[in-house]
Amino acid sequence: MNIVVCVKQVPDTWAERKLRSEDKTLDRESVDGVINELDEYAIEESLRIKEAHDGEVTVLTMGPEKAAESIRKALSMGADKAVHLVDDALHGSDVLQTSYAMAQVLRKIGFDVVILGSESTDARMGALAAMLAERLGVAQLSLANKVEIDGGTIRTQRVADYGFDRVEASLPAVVSVVEKINEPRYPSFKGIMAAKKKPVDKLGVADADIDAAKVGLTGAATEVVDFVAAPPREKGTIVKDEGDGGQKVAEFLASKKFI
Amino acid sequence: MGTIERPLPTPEAEALLGLTGELAANELAPRASEAEAEGRFPREVFRVLGRAGLLGLPYPEEYGGGGQPYEVYLQVIEELSRAWLTVGLGVSVHTLACFPLAIRGTDGQRRRWLRDMLGGELLGAYCLSEPQSGSDAAALRTRAVRDDEGYLVNGTKAWITHAGEADFYTLMARTGEEGPEGISCFHVPGDAPGLRAAPPERKMGMTASPTAQLIFTDVRLRADRLVGEEGAGYSVALSALESGRLGIAACAVGLAQAALDAAVAYARQRQQFDQSIIEFQGIGFLLADIATAVEASRSLYLAAARRRDAGRPFGPQAAMAKLFASDTAMRVTTDAVQVLGGYGYVQDFPVERYLREAKMLQIVEGTNQIQRMVIARYLGKG
Ligand SMILES: Cc1cc2nc3c(=O)[nH]c(=O)nc-3n(C[C@H](O)[C@H](O)[C@H](O)COP(=O)(O)OP(=O)(O)OC[C@H]3O[C@@H](n4cnc5c(N)ncnc54)[C@H](O)[C@@H]3O)c2cc1C
Repeated sequence: MNIVVCVKQVPDTWAERKLRSEDKTLDRESVDGVINELDEYAIEESLRIKEAHDGEVTVLTMGPEKAAESIRKALSMGADKAVHLVDDALHGSDVLQTSYAMAQVLRKIGFDVVILGSESTDARMGALAAMLAERLGVAQLSLANKVEIDGGTIRTQRVADYGFDRVEASLPAVVSVVEKINEPRYPSFKGIMAAKKKPVDKLGVADADIDAAKVGLTGAATEVVDFVAAPPREKGTIVKDEGDGGQKVAEFLASKKFI
Repeated sequence: MGTIERPLPTPEAEALLGLTGELAANELAPRASEAEAEGRFPREVFRVLGRAGLLGLPYPEEYGGGGQPYEVYLQVIEELSRAWLTVGLGVSVHTLACFPLAIRGTDGQRRRWLRDMLGGELLGAYCLSEPQSGSDAAALRTRAVRDDEGYLVNGTKAWITHAGEADFYTLMARTGEEGPEGISCFHVPGDAPGLRAAPPERKMGMTASPTAQLIFTDVRLRADRLVGEEGAGYSVALSALESGRLGIAACAVGLAQAALDAAVAYARQRQQFDQSIIEFQGIGFLLADIATAVEASRSLYLAAARRRDAGRPFGPQAAMAKLFASDTAMRVTTDAVQVLGGYGYVQDFPVERYLREAKMLQIVEGTNQIQRMVIARYLGKG
C-alpha cells in the first residue's frame, strides 16, 4: 500500500508568533519550527496502517528549507521516504493554492491513501483535506478518530457533536485525522540514525508541473490587509474580601456573562 | 527546565540528547512527584525509554545496543535523573546489570540473551550485596553448587534495586572457597523457580524505586548461565562497578542540577523586603557556589568518561567523580531547601525530596568512604 502523509512545519505553539512586516506573512524563520501537532497523529496512523497492511509511507511536505527538520523527525518515527516541495515561488500561498500545488505532487507520486491532520495550528483553515480530495477526484473522509482498511475499502469514524458517523469509501482516498485517534510514538534512537539515510526528494514547482503563476502571495485569493500585535495581557483584578467578596466575584462573573 | 548547553561529539549524540530531553519533559517530569509520594514503580516508563533505544546505549550495535561512548551515554543518564532520579538510576542499574554478559559472555550467550537485554522490553538488576556483606562484598555467602545438571543456588541478596520487578538478575554467588577468588557471576531469569523478592525496604527517599532482598531457595541454573569463568565473578563485578560509578556520578549531577534549577527559579520570583531574594548576596552567593559545584561535578565525570572512551584506565577517576558528584548533590540539595525557606521543607515543592534522594547516592555502588579508599590506594601505589 502506498501511504502518503502530509506533514506541515508550524511555529512552536508555545513561542511568540509574529507576522513579517514586509509582506504580512507568518515569520517562520525566527521561531522554532515543530511538526503540526495533528500531523503527528497522522504520521502515527500512517505507520500503523503500514504495519498492518505492509506498504510504504511517504512524507509530503510543502514548506521552506527549514521544514527539512520536520521531515527528518517524521522519517525518524518510521516513515520510509519523503518528498519536499520547496520553492520561493510558493511563499505566501493560501489554502487554495497549497491544495493545487500538493495535488500536483500527489498526482505525480501516486497514492492509495493520503493522511493528514484535520487542521494546522498556524492558519487553522481546516480545509486542505477537502480541497485535495476534490482536486484529485477521490473520496474525502474527514475528522477521523478511527481508520480501518480492508482490501480496497476504507472505513472511518468521523467525530461529530452528537457522537460519530461511520464513513466508508473505496480507495484511493484522503483522510484527515483528529487527535484522539492514537498516541503518537517517539522516534527511537535507531530511527533517528536510520532517518539520515532515507531518501528525501526535493521538488521545485517546475519538477511537479506546478504553474508558478497559480501559486504564491500575489495570486492568493486571500489577503492580509492589516494586523496589530495582540495587546499585552491586562493585570488581573484582585478582589479583597471585606465581607462582600462573594458578591464581588459574582458581579465580576456576571459582567463577563459567565453567570 | 532550561536546556544545558553540551558540547557533544557527533550529530547523533545531539539528536539523542534532544530525544532524551523530550522524553524527560513529557514522560518523566510530570509523573515523578506523585509516583514518589505513592511509592509506585514506573515500569511502563522504562518500556517507553526501551522502545526509544535508551536501555542499551553504551553497548555494541551488533547486539542491539546504541554504540555510544560513555561521554554521551552518561549525559543521557544525567538528563533522565534531572527529571526523575528513580528512572535515571534505574537505567544506570540496568546498564550495570548488562555489563558482565556484554563484556565476558561467550558469543553464544550474547547472541541468545544480550539482544533482548538491550532491546528495551526487559529490565535488569544487579545482585552483589548481602545482609552481612556490603562494603566487604567479597565476603558474600550465597552459594551456587555445581552438580550434573548445572548449579543449585541458595542464599539471600540484599538491597537489590528492581528486585521483584526485574526480568533478569545478574548474580554474584560463591562457587568456591572463601574470598574473592571463590565468586562467580550468573545470568538468572526473573521467573526462575525458587526465586522470590521480599517486600520492598521502606526507604527515606527513592520510594518509587523498589529495593528489596532477593531470596534464592534451591534455584536451579543451567551450566550455560555462568557468565565468564568460574571464580572470575568478583573481578567482573568490580569492573562493572567501575563503570557503574560513572553512572551514579551522572545521576548525582542530574539531581543537583534539578535542585539548582528549582532554587534559582524560586529565588528569582520570591520577594522579601521588596526585592527578589536572589538579589541578596547571602542567597546569590549560595546559588553561585551551587552552580559552580554542579558544573565541576559534570566536568569531572565527563573527564573520567573520556578516559574510558579512549581505552585508558579510569577507575580512580570514576571513584573521584562518584565521590565528588554525590557529596555535591548532598550539599546542593540541602542548600536548595534553605533557599526555599519554609517552602523548601514541605512536600509541595520537590526540593525536600531531592535532599532525601541525594543521601542514597553517597551510599550505593561503593560508599563514599570506599571511594576514598580506592583513591587512596591508587595514590599509595605511587
Ligand atoms: C537504595 C539502595 C539501593 C541499592 N541497590 C543495590 C543493588 O542494586 N545491588 C546491590 O548489590 N547493592 C545495592 N545496594 C547496596 C549498597 O551497595 C550497600 O548498601 C553499600 O555497598 C554499603 O553496604 P552496607 O549497607 O552493608 O554498609 P557497610 O558496608 O556495613 O558500611 C557501614 C558504614 O561503614 C563504612 N565502612 C565500611 N567499610 C569501611 C572501610 N573499609 N573503611 C571505612 N569505612 C568503611 C561505610 O562507608 C558505611 O559508612 C543498594 C543500597 C541502597 C541503600
